[in-house]
Amino acid sequence: MIIDPVTLIVALITVATPVLLAAIGELVVEKSGVLNLGVEGMMIMGAVCGFIAAHESGSPTLAFVAGMAGGAALSVIFAVLTQLLMANQVASGLALTLFGLGLAALLGVGYPGQPIPDVAKPLPEAIREIEVIGPILFSHDLVTYLAIALVVAVWLVLTRTRAGLILRAVGESHDAAHALGYKVVRIRFLAILFGGACAGLGGAFLSVIRVENWVEGMTAGAGWIALALVVFASWKPWRVLLGAWLFGGIAALQLRLQAAEVGVPVALLDASPYLVTIVVLVVISSDRRRASMNAPAALGRIFHASS
Amino acid sequence: MKLLPRLLASAALAAGLALPAAAQEDPFTVGFVYVGPIGDYGWTWTHDQGRLAVEEAFGDAVDTVYAETVPEGPDAERVMTQMILNGADMIFTTSFGYGPATNAVAARFPDVYFEHATGYQRDTENVSTYSARFYEGRAVIGHIAGHMTESNIVGYIASYPIPEVIRGINSAFLHAREVNPDVEFRVVWAYTWFDPAVEADAAQALIDAGADVILQHTDSTAPQAAAQEAGGVYTFGQASDMIQFAPEPRISSIIDNWGPYYVRRVGEAMEGTWEQSDTWEGMPEGMVLIGEMTEAIPEEVRASATAIMEAIQAGEYHPFTGPINRQDGTAWLAEGEIADDGTLAGMNFYVEGLTGEIPN
Repeated sequence: MIIDPVTLIVALITVATPVLLAAIGELVVEKSGVLNLGVEGMMIMGAVCGFIAAHESGSPTLAFVAGMAGGAALSVIFAVLTQLLMANQVASGLALTLFGLGLAALLGVGYPGQPIPDVAKPLPEAIREIEVIGPILFSHDLVTYLAIALVVAVWLVLTRTRAGLILRAVGESHDAAHALGYKVVRIRFLAILFGGACAGLGGAFLSVIRVENWVEGMTAGAGWIALALVVFASWKPWRVLLGAWLFGGIAALQLRLQAAEVGVPVALLDASPYLVTIVVLVVISSDRRRASMNAPAALGRIFHASS
Repeated sequence: MKLLPRLLASAALAAGLALPAAAQEDPFTVGFVYVGPIGDYGWTWTHDQGRLAVEEAFGDAVDTVYAETVPEGPDAERVMTQMILNGADMIFTTSFGYGPATNAVAARFPDVYFEHATGYQRDTENVSTYSARFYEGRAVIGHIAGHMTESNIVGYIASYPIPEVIRGINSAFLHAREVNPDVEFRVVWAYTWFDPAVEADAAQALIDAGADVILQHTDSTAPQAAAQEAGGVYTFGQASDMIQFAPEPRISSIIDNWGPYYVRRVGEAMEGTWEQSDTWEGMPEGMVLIGEMTEAIPEEVRASATAIMEAIQAGEYHPFTGPINRQDGTAWLAEGEIADDGTLAGMNFYVEGLTGEIPN
């Protein structure tokens, strides 16, 4: 039996959306010179806040706003710790993930299995049912289109606008940016909030649209995949999109290979998205010069105006 | 990175258990270790219904505690130990993967009674195992699935390749084939009991592969939701009734009914008459029930499925009655021969007609 490429592409775009959102947010954060390892925690906060809002209010719009707010709220903790109190970013980020997972589990008690409203598809059915291109291009959820638009927007802003230039300057050399009169801490604070909102939206997509349920620990490592994707993409927005679809493609393909009874070892298939991520990371980082060429020079370094 | 947060989460849960247990004057305390959240509305939910049945039956004489989403492995050992140190007199561990941990803890606490669901290991006197003959229920829904499919492709979301799961696939397939010689089963191994995202993706993959009936041996309602969204796909409630998805896509269900067993065993433990046992009950005893068959099923199919159900309940029919060949074509059961429990308990082969391979 042959695997239908159309449904495979539709599935991979859906599977990739949460990771794509989280990764594009993290890309902006890292471009400003901050390494936030708390993506997983912010995603799960977005998932639980989005689900609770969807259940309590019955409004998908409110659910996504709540998801973004949840992710952003958690990222404020990280921003305060690393930007104002100048704590270590790696340790703060890891702590943020653990805290987010625990807090989300606490908030979500009693919500698993609760009904939430269906989220309507934005485009009319007539367009969605056009052969081949209908399902692939027009059958997705609004958030999926938003995620792709966000990639375009981030690319445009980073490469074509003054704001993007300033953000990159802060990420490359915060001392130089500071000397030019740019508010390094404020810019990074905003970038972190943006990253938190993106991760939260990704989490809300997972709970409100893809699974339609809240389950403890439901992000299951998606935040870490998003972090890896940013490195995989060597901090380029388009490559984040490519990487997310590659990841989604493998995840969707392995289930379809099983359904088509292709004799491939299942355990290997199950692990394949993670294996590919590791392989790509190894390949990229083996060429030190190339990898370091595109990494923001001030990534992970603490800024203090007086130093 | 997935394990660490889980460990912490369950550590927090276990720490929380200390309070209710210590506050009482000394009722008989029963602990339950769950593999998923109670809110799965599936496997773990039905076990928790059993726990509630115990509470209702014994009132103040019994205190129950539970821990949700406990990983199968060494962490389970710690959760159980914690429960016992906080006063638990009896522990139910409700997933196959808790076997080694249950027996390890049981060896250290000979005065505590242990009941391990779907297990086979009983290393010390104080460990019993119990399971339900889910395959009896699978026979009934397999029969319905065989009738209901129009694409002749039935999707099956399997969890792990262990005998319990393989038995279910075989039983469902045999009874689907019986009424529909063209039916094929496509099995997807999710390698999880409970991961709604993976279960939803697996259901979608099967629907995309042409399946219009989906059976599941995983615990969440995510496949039901995926089928509902796809439309024109039928599903069956798994472990719990999942009635919220009736009348379509959920057209019937296999329900696990643990309450009576839990009440009986807790009662025996309190009276001191508890003895080690290996219980394997099914539809005749009422441990496995079939949920309401909805209007979506044609009336004659409902009648024939009910007839199979009643024959199994009355003990007149065994789902594995020969002639049945193994997948490779060799004979397993001769005409009229009935499978013995030993073979069923260790079943590691597909029956003839299934096309996939069991992963190692």
